[in-house]
Amino acid sequence: MAHTLKVNGATHSVDIDDDTPLLWALRDNLGLTGTKFGCGVAQCGACTVYVDGKPMRSCVTPVSTLEGREVTTIEAISGREADAVQKAWTAGDVPQCGYCQSGQVMSAVALLKEIKKPTDRDIDLAMNGNICRCATYARIRSAIHDAARTLEG
Amino acid sequence: MMIRKLALAASAALALGLGGTALTLAQTAAPPTPASALRGPSSFAGIADRQARSVALFSEIGKVLTHPRCVNCHPATERPRQTDAMTLHQPLVVRGKDGHGAPGMECTTCHGKQNVDYGRVPGDPHWALAPASMAWEGKSLKDICEQVKDTSRNGGKDMAALIKHVTTDSLVLWGWKPGPGREPAPGTPAQFGALMQAWADTGAACPAS
Ligand code: FES
Ligand code: FES
Repeated sequence: MAHTLKVNGATHSVDIDDDTPLLWALRDNLGLTGTKFGCGVAQCGACTVYVDGKPMRSCVTPVSTLEGREVTTIEAISGREADAVQKAWTAGDVPQCGYCQSGQVMSAVALLKEIKKPTDRDIDLAMNGNICRCATYARIRSAIHDAARTLEG
Repeated sequence: MMIRKLALAASAALALGLGGTALTLAQTAAPPTPASALRGPSSFAGIADRQARSVALFSEIGKVLTHPRCVNCHPATERPRQTDAMTLHQPLVVRGKDGHGAPGMECTTCHGKQNVDYGRVPGDPHWALAPASMAWEGKSLKDICEQVKDTSRNGGKDMAALIKHVTTDSLVLWGWKPGPGREPAPGTPAQFGALMQAWADTGAACPAS
């Protein structure tokens, strides 16, 4: 059936089954391929998007639950935290293969929006649902600290 | 060959014999209540002593409260459990300051408004951990019972509010419709509500241990 999806500020009508995962709608129907498929069972974080500003795993989010809600993907995150993370990620050369990184960035920005100066533990708790097969974890952690320093001013 | 035939005949006879015994037992003894079922309040009517009846009712209620569907999210530590085997939740998640997880990775990061069977992720509109004051993991029925009644620990609920909570709260009721791969809490919500009411009506007594 037709579903109205509000993604990155634009409204789309897509004709898909109610239980279609948002991830499929984003990638296959809307062509937003920055969000990745890793596991499909909420175990890797590669598919992380924001729904009403909060991180959600789009692989386990049926489109039928998104009526009236706003989706933001890696293609459209913006603001101070996103800018600081982008800068720190580039400076620290964080990605290896890059596959997990849009999910990592979505989670890192979400963390910095809530905690301006996260500790190592805050980072572990916010980021441990984002798996990186290239094990860039040490660089991710130092880039988040780096971004926090930028945000401090 | 002959020996083999004899052996087969002997095992067939044994199997028939055992089958016969099982049949006899089934015809004479009352079937035991399966772990997945609950006895209704009326089956405790024969206990004359009101307090003993109340304790017996709570013991039946305890089958639900100590079931993995309930205990997994009433943890004694910072970390919830999952599955029928009650293993630590994977990925690592914590209670956080209000039972909704850590900043950046709240319960709602993965748990939506409803069960998502293809993703094997259960859901409810207010998926969350029970407060630490209502931790049941590893506790005796006596401790759980006292905790449940204690308004300073149960969110200020008197008995009427408590019964309303356990019969109408969507996350409590989720325990009986947890989706495939998870064993539902024993009995039905209606049976559970009736047991709670009967327990309250008999003075809400707690077991001694
Ligand atoms: S693809 Fe969604 S968490 Fe792995
Ligand atoms: S950079 Fe390769 S999986 Fe993370």
